Amino acid sequence: MTHQSFANSDIISIQDFSRDDILYILEIAKRMEQKPHPELLHGKVLATLFFEPSTRTRLSFETAMLQLGGKVIGFSDQKNTSTSKGESLPDTIRIVTGYSDVIAIRHPLEGSARIAAEMSIKPVINAGDGANQHPTQTFLDLYTIMKYKGKLTDLHIGFLGDLKYGRTVHSLVSALAHFKCKMYFIAPESLRMPRVQLEELREKGISFVEVTQLHDVSKELDILYATRIQQERFADPVEYQKVRGIYKLDKSMLTHVKKDLKILHPLPRVDEINPELDSSENAVYFEQAYNGVPIRQALLALILNAIT
Amino acid sequence: MPEDKEQASKEGDLRPYRVYAIEYGTVIDHIPHGKALKALEVLGLTTKTTEHIMTVGMNLESKKHGHKDVVKIEGKELTDKEVNKLAMLAPTATINIIRNHSVFKKMTVEVPKEIVGILRCSNPNCITNHLTTPTKFVSIKKHPLTIKCWYCERAMVGDEIQF
Repeated sequence: MTHQSFANSDIISIQDFSRDDILYILEIAKRMEQKPHPELLHGKVLATLFFEPSTRTRLSFETAMLQLGGKVIGFSDQKNTSTSKGESLPDTIRIVTGYSDVIAIRHPLEGSARIAAEMSIKPVINAGDGANQHPTQTFLDLYTIMKYKGKLTDLHIGFLGDLKYGRTVHSLVSALAHFKCKMYFIAPESLRMPRVQLEELREKGISFVEVTQLHDVSKELDILYATRIQQERFADPVEYQKVRGIYKLDKSMLTHVKKDLKILHPLPRVDEINPELDSSENAVYFEQAYNGVPIRQALLALILNAIT
Repeated sequence: MPEDKEQASKEGDLRPYRVYAIEYGTVIDHIPHGKALKALEVLGLTTKTTEHIMTVGMNLESKKHGHKDVVKIEGKELTDKEVNKLAMLAPTATINIIRNHSVFKKMTVEVPKEIVGILRCSNPNCITNHLTTPTKFVSIKKHPLTIKCWYCERAMVGDEIQF
């Protein structure tokens, strides 16, 4: 395997990673999960700069760092920072690089993580920049698929819900394009996958289909990646009302699927998955959220050059 | 024989040149038809303070492209940065620098791999529309010209490319 060296690297976009890079990171995450390393990052400081709310991402970053013996500083509310006084993002980053060894940033504006990385002398991890990228989410999605299917290649993977605005879907699709999976895009007409990304899949020779009804393809799937229809991404509330609640997964759908189908969801869910599904062996979205810890441990350890 | 002269001779020499010759300056030829005025706007030459005399020919016949626009700018030679700007709008354009009524230099525009500080990102939620840092794009496809914002990763094609 010929992967890049991650020491002092930024983690900004899944597009920056090759197939070998991805497999290597998943392998390190597996090692992290199998064996605790409570002193691995002793003396290192992670700054979590969360300019917008997040539960799972911020807490799993912090858990990952603390479990490796490091420390955490940061904020989870922009209102309590100097940016509320008009300080620019580049200035905030310049200041924080003096306090920490690595920065995880979530920001509502797209491209903010790349700008932060250019301003920072310390490595920066993108913890979500608007509707653009969330690479650590993609790694944990891949890790979850690998865990349950034992491979990433030649799988039939369905994506359901908001495929137009869903950054987790866009990034996961880009990553899976390395692994020759067949993809099924299930969305209402107004929330179809972006044309540019479908064109990229065509150019790479990746097989995919687009449908509006899950029932049309559910029997084929090994993985179903469901997403929330994100009200906050709609400029027009009327458009949101047209598609709100269009897909609702419940136990009845399990009669039409492969026995070992695994259902993933980046969470939070609203009403697209009935809680009655939570206890089924098909539902793995809570384990998926947990997988954020070993993935973030692997990334922190790699970029801080604590593991090879 | 130059194309405009050739066309004039077909029509009985009523107009020897559709767009007259200049002594010093730049001739931008083979602009996709309908884009001549936009080309001048992109070059910042449509402001009231512009001192250059400009001649615009639109919808001229072109052997290569069917129809084309031509722009002649007197007393101004385009810089490399301006040529790069034109490449985004008119990738088929050719540029002739004229000195003493003769073609001093002939250039075809070429879309650079990286486009820095020229274009605006069409994504209103892109960080570059909220900071004063220069924009940066990478070209990912020549036909049709497709570029991607280095920061927000939005791909842009055709009219989505903004100056």
